[in-house]
Amino acid sequence: MSSSRGCATATTGESVSAASLSELLPVEAIELGVPAGDWRAAVRASGEALMAAGATTAAYSDEMIATVEQLGPYIVIAPGIALAHSRPSPAVLQPGLSFVTLATPVDFGNRANDPVQLVVGLAAPDERSHVEALATLAGLLADGPSREALLDARNRDEVRAVIAAYELRSGSPAGQAEG
Amino acid sequence: MKILAVCGMGLGSGLLLRMQAEKALRQLGVTADLEVADIGSARAMARTADLIITSNELAEQLGTVKPRVVTITNFIDLDEMVRKLRAALQET
Repeated sequence: MSSSRGCATATTGESVSAASLSELLPVEAIELGVPAGDWRAAVRASGEALMAAGATTAAYSDEMIATVEQLGPYIVIAPGIALAHSRPSPAVLQPGLSFVTLATPVDFGNRANDPVQLVVGLAAPDERSHVEALATLAGLLADGPSREALLDARNRDEVRAVIAAYELRSGSPAGQAEG
Repeated sequence: MKILAVCGMGLGSGLLLRMQAEKALRQLGVTADLEVADIGSARAMARTADLIITSNELAEQLGTVKPRVVTITNFIDLDEMVRKLRAALQET
């Protein structure tokens, strides 16, 4: 029942080649309790985590910041959660996500959802490869106990363990995307 | 019924909006064409849409368009999507 032009042509639930959240969020892309003085520093931290995982070059942080400067703080998609990203570019080397919690929450200028405690960075070379992982992450963050476990994690391995447990519980990530 | 999800880039929030809208429509038992447009092409595509879903910030940038605009605050809260779509569909 879906078709699209302009953007986001990937269909949910039908992707067979997309990587899972566990695959796109390696331990190197997770940073907890990062000090950030403002939203730019918070976005930059998520970009550095993407770079550490080999998903992007350093230039991608500037591209993500430019996106917010152009389009506003719509990337704060839920209370306390920002989804930092830009469009496919030479700075994106491979699909990837990063997970950065902030030592102190910062305001992005989004009245409804500030302040932000978790910045998820997204690097996408195309419109499909990250669909499954993003669907799993959205499901996980919408699930109260899983979300709490994620935000209370004391180290990177705990974050990975919460994600792995959620993926196991919700069956195939493709099934999760299907709802 | 054609619903247009308007996003910034088409990769992050727009994708989430569309996933949530698909789930919500299924829950409501409504069949609709669901399309995604980035903010750059949204005004042109809005001409043939019956309903638009987007964020508060992007709704401001979109300005005045013909279809009713539903703004979503929490992109991962399915209840909000279901509630707002149900109300909008009843009036559309």
